[in-house]
Amino acid sequence: MEGLVNIFVRSVFIDNMVFAYFLGMCSYLAVSKTVSTANGLGIAVIFVLGITVPVNYLIENYFLSAGAMAWLGPGFEAVDLSFLSFIMFIAVIASMVQLVEMTVEKFAPALYSSLGIFLPLIAVNCAILGGSLFMQEREYANIAEAASFGLGSGVGFYLAIVGIAAIREKIRYSNVPGPLRGLGITFIVTGLMGIAFMSFMGIKL
Amino acid sequence: MSKTEREPMFSAKNIKLLSTPLNDENPITVQVLGICSALAVTVKLEPAVVLAVAVVAVMGSANVIISVLRKTIPNRIRIIVQLVVIASLVILVDQVLKAFFYDVSRQLSVFVGLIITNCIIMGRLEAFALGNRIWPSFLDGVGNAAGYGWILIVVAFFRELLGSGTVWDYPVMEKLGLFNIGYENNGFMILPPMALITVGVIIWVQRSRNRKLIESK
Repeated sequence: MEGLVNIFVRSVFIDNMVFAYFLGMCSYLAVSKTVSTANGLGIAVIFVLGITVPVNYLIENYFLSAGAMAWLGPGFEAVDLSFLSFIMFIAVIASMVQLVEMTVEKFAPALYSSLGIFLPLIAVNCAILGGSLFMQEREYANIAEAASFGLGSGVGFYLAIVGIAAIREKIRYSNVPGPLRGLGITFIVTGLMGIAFMSFMGIKL
Repeated sequence: MSKTEREPMFSAKNIKLLSTPLNDENPITVQVLGICSALAVTVKLEPAVVLAVAVVAVMGSANVIISVLRKTIPNRIRIIVQLVVIASLVILVDQVLKAFFYDVSRQLSVFVGLIITNCIIMGRLEAFALGNRIWPSFLDGVGNAAGYGWILIVVAFFRELLGSGTVWDYPVMEKLGLFNIGYENNGFMILPPMALITVGVIIWVQRSRNRKLIESK
């Protein structure tokens, strides 16, 4: 249990998707003009990361990595399909996003109307594929660890996007030099936020 | 097709396809696409150049393939078709890198895979290759990838020079003798946040030279 909390806190603050790895930057910059839309996208990302990372964990460990198919019988022990992982992961993500969209539409129409347009966008958000690829690279021991990593990364993204949206709402009232206006100042503010998040690096977990 | 209808290979229009993404329509600083991978691999020049070349290769060929297939792809499933084409090309690039440039491939780690979700590739397929002939699509792909690549290389150049005092692992600052007169490497440049600030400064410089890009309030 302690290990799970550990991984969660690590992926929210220390290995933050946006500030430490720059994943999901495109939607981070495009959808952060107001806090309410940022909130919607953030929740959708937590949702999808929390589901796709454990699912891809199962696929990775029971089908793709070297020797993973041994449970099918002795003939499959030597099979190594790891070169297929990109295409499998992206297919899983695209279909999970579709599934999540349909489930939410059926059972939680209120949530659907607020998340609606963001869910399809998420299939090509690099934070989602990045989550699965980092899960593969870091070799988590079991599915609970993978799930807590997925959720933690989602929460990290949520914090980042809501934070920058709040700052951008305020920055509209200040007199930014012309060439820096809009995109430029957003980059620099994100850099400064990243420096703030770096102060978590010293924490020993 | 008669000869008079054919456009020359490098007509003014085609050259323009290649050159606007370098400045006026730059994928990173103007269209805000493909930022994710742009920032994470720019600590050193070498991985940045390798990633830039990989993106040029993937984007040029993806645009050509989609342009060839554009009349046969049903509209409803085009996103999946595009993802499959891109993912297959990226697998090819990844295997080539692992076979011939293993060290660089280790440094790039997940970012080769992330070319798949690099929004600039999907964006150009949707916006250009689905509606245009093969040769212009190829030029558009290469042009946009090059516009992406040069930002990557400039950022990596400054971060490596100021952060580690080297250029392509050649110790420039040491050879210039700057360490003897009290110069120190700025270790801060190696850390992730400085990539964002460097891109911010590039945007600043670019927009103050090219004033029509300035955003209105």
